[in-house]
Amino acid sequence: MSGYPPEMQDSIRKVEATRARRIKETVTAMSLEEREAILEGFHPDYKDETFHAIRVGASKGQRMPIELAKIVEGHPHIGPDFDLSAPIAETDVLIIGGGGAGASAALLAQEQGAKVTLVTKLRFGDANTMMAQGGIQAADRPEDSPAIHYLDVIGGGHFTNVPELVEALVMDAPFAIKWLEDLGMMFDKESDGTMVEAHGGGTSRKRMHSARDYSGAEIMRTLRDEVRNREESITVIEFAPAIELVLDDKGQAVGAVVMNLETNAQQYIKAKTVVMATGGSGRLHYQGFPTTNHYGATADGIVLAYRAGAPLGYLESMQYHPTGAAFPEQIVGLLVTEKVRGLGAKPVNKHGELFVYPLEPRDVEAAALIRECQERNNGLVTPTGQPGVWLDSPMIEMIHGPGAIQKALPAMVRQFGRFEIDITQEPMLVYPTLHYQNGGVQLKADCSTEIPGLFIAGEVSGGVHGHNRLMGNSLLEITVFGRRAGRSAAVYAQGVKPGKPTLAHLDIWNQELKETEVDTGVTSPILLPDYTRRE
Amino acid sequence: MEEQNDLIPVYIMGKQYMVPPTLTIMKAMEYAGYQLIRGVGCRGGFCGACGTAYRILGDPKLYFGLACQTVVQPGMYLAQIPFFPAPRATYDITKLEPTATTLFSLYPEVLRCLGCGACTKACPQDIDVRNYMAAGMRGDIAALADISFDCIMCGLCAVRCPAEEAQYNIAILARRLYGRYLTPRSQHLQARLGELEEGKFDAEMAELKKLSKEDLVAQYKARDIEPK
Repeated sequence: MSGYPPEMQDSIRKVEATRARRIKETVTAMSLEEREAILEGFHPDYKDETFHAIRVGASKGQRMPIELAKIVEGHPHIGPDFDLSAPIAETDVLIIGGGGAGASAALLAQEQGAKVTLVTKLRFGDANTMMAQGGIQAADRPEDSPAIHYLDVIGGGHFTNVPELVEALVMDAPFAIKWLEDLGMMFDKESDGTMVEAHGGGTSRKRMHSARDYSGAEIMRTLRDEVRNREESITVIEFAPAIELVLDDKGQAVGAVVMNLETNAQQYIKAKTVVMATGGSGRLHYQGFPTTNHYGATADGIVLAYRAGAPLGYLESMQYHPTGAAFPEQIVGLLVTEKVRGLGAKPVNKHGELFVYPLEPRDVEAAALIRECQERNNGLVTPTGQPGVWLDSPMIEMIHGPGAIQKALPAMVRQFGRFEIDITQEPMLVYPTLHYQNGGVQLKADCSTEIPGLFIAGEVSGGVHGHNRLMGNSLLEITVFGRRAGRSAAVYAQGVKPGKPTLAHLDIWNQELKETEVDTGVTSPILLPDYTRRE
Repeated sequence: MEEQNDLIPVYIMGKQYMVPPTLTIMKAMEYAGYQLIRGVGCRGGFCGACGTAYRILGDPKLYFGLACQTVVQPGMYLAQIPFFPAPRATYDITKLEPTATTLFSLYPEVLRCLGCGACTKACPQDIDVRNYMAAGMRGDIAALADISFDCIMCGLCAVRCPAEEAQYNIAILARRLYGRYLTPRSQHLQARLGELEEGKFDAEMAELKKLSKEDLVAQYKARDIEPK
């Protein structure tokens, strides 16, 4: 029984007819010049009319998607006169964000002896980390080295990455893996303990470590469990997003105003230092794209850090994952992990033909899928009008043997199985989906920012991936930089002398909005997308 | 806009709303006008925030699912279970032994499992929870870890358990014991850590960081790609 309608099944017959031949067939990877050409022609980042240069703040003139600019230029929820005299809690390190970066930071700060409070918008662990499937990179095999990893990262990022950040990423990577192994994460291993490692898009060595296709979930639930074990020194407050950073009279970050999402109470949490780990912004749906991101991915940290004076970078590039689900309608935009291609499945057009090297860097692969559908008209269109091409998953078992898909991709089998599509027998229809915010708040390798006392980690930051992130480097990033941020913040907290907390930066911000006559009509951070029906 | 006659009735905590039949429970609630705060998370079946219990009019059975992954049906009576209290042991993973004794001392209630299977029926991930609890009663931590691996910790098993277990908390303890103690450590990882600590790659990295873009591009193009 197939969940595909008859007209789509006709195309599947063509895919089946060419499958045996395609196992041996290859498409050459693109040269750097070919990559640039296809990106300019078809990647969403190159649609100038969907970008806007922001008009206020420290990074005035920087281009970013219109949807993001509108909230970055937004109005604060509270005024400069908000009462900071009675904080509801006092802590050494305040961590904003309960994903992988925030949890890693909490653990490392605690290990340095700091008292930690972690606030998060939804539940602890409701984050993009939880949804990452494919894996985490680290150069830990004899055939590989941090230098090769470095080249892969920087080439994938179009040579615009910040070298010191890439160095930190690749040199810390094996330590991050070891840390996770010590915490009891169940990596995919051979019986002698050798890590099972695969290629990802744009990698020149196999260095993708995984935990079936629940890699991010396995990291997140392990970190969360460990944080909960340290409840004596780490306090977690859920449903409490930050709505403003608080600085002191010397300009140092000394906490945040958070909002109880259920009572709407706005309260000050006083801290000696702040770690911002709020994640990305897929729920802003740039250019109308669906997203793989969790419900709370609304760029809150970018808004708050920028308003307090921290420069932004690289926000002119967003990552569209080449393979979001395009059918059935109920799961459009959800992630079909790159691991599917890492295991040997190839993208195929409606005629059953290969049209692209399966593991280009993500931006290039996404552009190739868009071209196949738009310019070449070789994509399918679903009954609801969604374009897509096939990702021929049954190839995986022709390569690795029966049962390989269930073993390596249980989440994918389950996801499609719920809609009566058996991906061990039938291909998946895919199309690019909004996946990752390459840019964000600028940081140094110790996670410090232009604002003393404000540290940053994870997707909210910008620079390590340049203008395009490779698969497996975000789980790595949240672990490496989460750990660095936690350590840096705890050390900083030991020496800092906090002054008088103020929201004076809001005065300056409001004044600038007024003088430049910028009024987007938005109060930000927006905290949650609104999907309710408006009649 | 859908025609009225295309819509189907669903009951959110007993109150009727007409919604399009193609929507997931989560999207149907939003269509009905709910701005969700609880009972919503990743929206992709990974986080366990949107556990939902439902019955269908005229059908005596009780069903469970994730609101973000389950399509509505006519006459569906829905109740979100976004939070459910559950006991959780606190422990220092570095000081435990991967044994049945550890499991039973942290979670003595493991041995109270009745084997009724209500947990298995409730699991939206189709995990055989009863089976992993049986492994737990045998003290078989490896089996418990393996069978429970796809758990998203939504808590629906605990909601249904007549023995008042929190199966998913027991399961993560077992997985961490298994990952830390019962699988061999990666030797090549350990070797690489030694090399890093000795500074084996420091000079090479310093050189790379100094390269001009042109030289980086040249090195990038010259990479050899490890065969699949």
